[in-house]
Amino acid sequence: MKSPIIIRVKQKQIAELVSKGKRLDGRGLTDHREFQVETGVAGRAEGSARVCLGKTEVLVGIKIDVGTPFPDVPDKGVLTVNAELVPLASPLFEPGPPDENAVELARIVDRGIRESKAIALEELCIEPGKKVFIVFVDVYVLNHDGNLIDASAMAALAALLNTKMFKYEVKEGEIEVKPGYTPLPVKDYPIAVTFAKINDKLIVDPRLDEEQVMDARLTITTNKDGNICALQKGGYGYFTTQKILEASKIAKTKGAELRKRVVKS
Amino acid sequence: MKKEVLKISKKKSEKLIDKKGIRIDGRELNKLRPIKLEVGILDNANGSAYIEQGKNKILAGVYGPMEVHPKHLAMSDRALLRCRYHMAPFSVQERKSPAPSRREIEISKVIKEALEPAIFLEYYPRTSIELFIEVLQADGGTRCASLTAASLALADAGIPMRDLATACAAGKVDGHLVLDLNDVEDKEGEADLPLALIPSLNAVTLLQMDGIVTLEEFEQLVNMAVEGCKQIHKLQKEALKAKYITVKEEPKE
Repeated sequence: MKSPIIIRVKQKQIAELVSKGKRLDGRGLTDHREFQVETGVAGRAEGSARVCLGKTEVLVGIKIDVGTPFPDVPDKGVLTVNAELVPLASPLFEPGPPDENAVELARIVDRGIRESKAIALEELCIEPGKKVFIVFVDVYVLNHDGNLIDASAMAALAALLNTKMFKYEVKEGEIEVKPGYTPLPVKDYPIAVTFAKINDKLIVDPRLDEEQVMDARLTITTNKDGNICALQKGGYGYFTTQKILEASKIAKTKGAELRKRVVKS
Repeated sequence: MKKEVLKISKKKSEKLIDKKGIRIDGRELNKLRPIKLEVGILDNANGSAYIEQGKNKILAGVYGPMEVHPKHLAMSDRALLRCRYHMAPFSVQERKSPAPSRREIEISKVIKEALEPAIFLEYYPRTSIELFIEVLQADGGTRCASLTAASLALADAGIPMRDLATACAAGKVDGHLVLDLNDVEDKEGEADLPLALIPSLNAVTLLQMDGIVTLEEFEQLVNMAVEGCKQIHKLQKEALKAKYITVKEEPKE
């Protein structure tokens, strides 16, 4: 795997600090970096949000289109999540179709929104079996400094909350756009919390240099009731069951804290 | 392979689990589907395995360690493991396009990452190990069954490993926590949690979930899946022994 060379000394330092319960930037093991959420940043999109999590920056734009539903769920709208690791964001990203990392990122964000039933897809049906709304969530990574998953999931949620749908009327099977907007029916607020395992310790919200030292990664997405709605383990190492259960408890409390701030913005 | 017609039908009103706690395919809540494992079934591959788990039918083949193409991907300190999980177009009810879908790309990635901790990759620097998985018939839980077969194929290829990685799913169906979900339970149930375990290291190397569960249910599901893995691990070892014991006996004749 290709990665920018971090000096061995720094690598060793990160690992040593973590085993003492400290981190390079002075954060506690379960602290997130400072973050800002800004909504309505892309005027042509129905909804958008930019999240800066430390130096990691992610822009999410929502487009809404009309299309045909899936044959097995004819009465529900369609949710599509795509992620682009834009080459200008990091020397690690290359132009071309989404690679496995981009696909994984999109699918983790997708799973959080879908499984928590954050969008009331049944309200996005225009004509069962024929016409439904398709919600395109496009995740655009603008700067990569680690933990793209949490930043993307937060930005996606903020963008969905920011989304305005045009009002419409169905006349003889044709859609007629009417003036005014309604908000997208968002019913839940999934929040992803990502852990990295370094020297058998769990840290939250790894920076890029910490990701390069970590053994493995675990993302736990919780819904507004504090239940788990999506999980993803990544990286080449492993977790013990004790660590996983420990992480699930942290994810619940951390998720609740983050949710308050994202939903408010 | 036996030819059989698959009809997975379920009326909307039908319950997935009856009052006695018996599931739609006749299993109890904490029972695995019948599993059949065979090792060394492909001629050209360095190692191979076949698994039937319920109605799943999956082939795994391993080539390598061998020269890396393209060359710049080679690593000076260890082997590169590459994995391709692929579903045959006829493996599911509606024909699946043979082009790799996003789901398949993701599953390939998580299977690769789940197997790496089990393999002594550092023994083969500058080489690659190629793992190919073909799902011939799918019935829910294919990523777990694929991983179980892939482990055996790697072992069959003679690649040194710390232990066999094993995978099994647990989930929530009709309000009950169940082991090893089939296709209908996966689609209609509330949650599905696939997990891979390297038993001797007590290492969970694959963990995913979709659906909604509470923290308590989550803990129970993890424990159930770990127990399921341990059962499958025994079957894996038997399957490996079955092949190599017969090989050993052949020269006598």
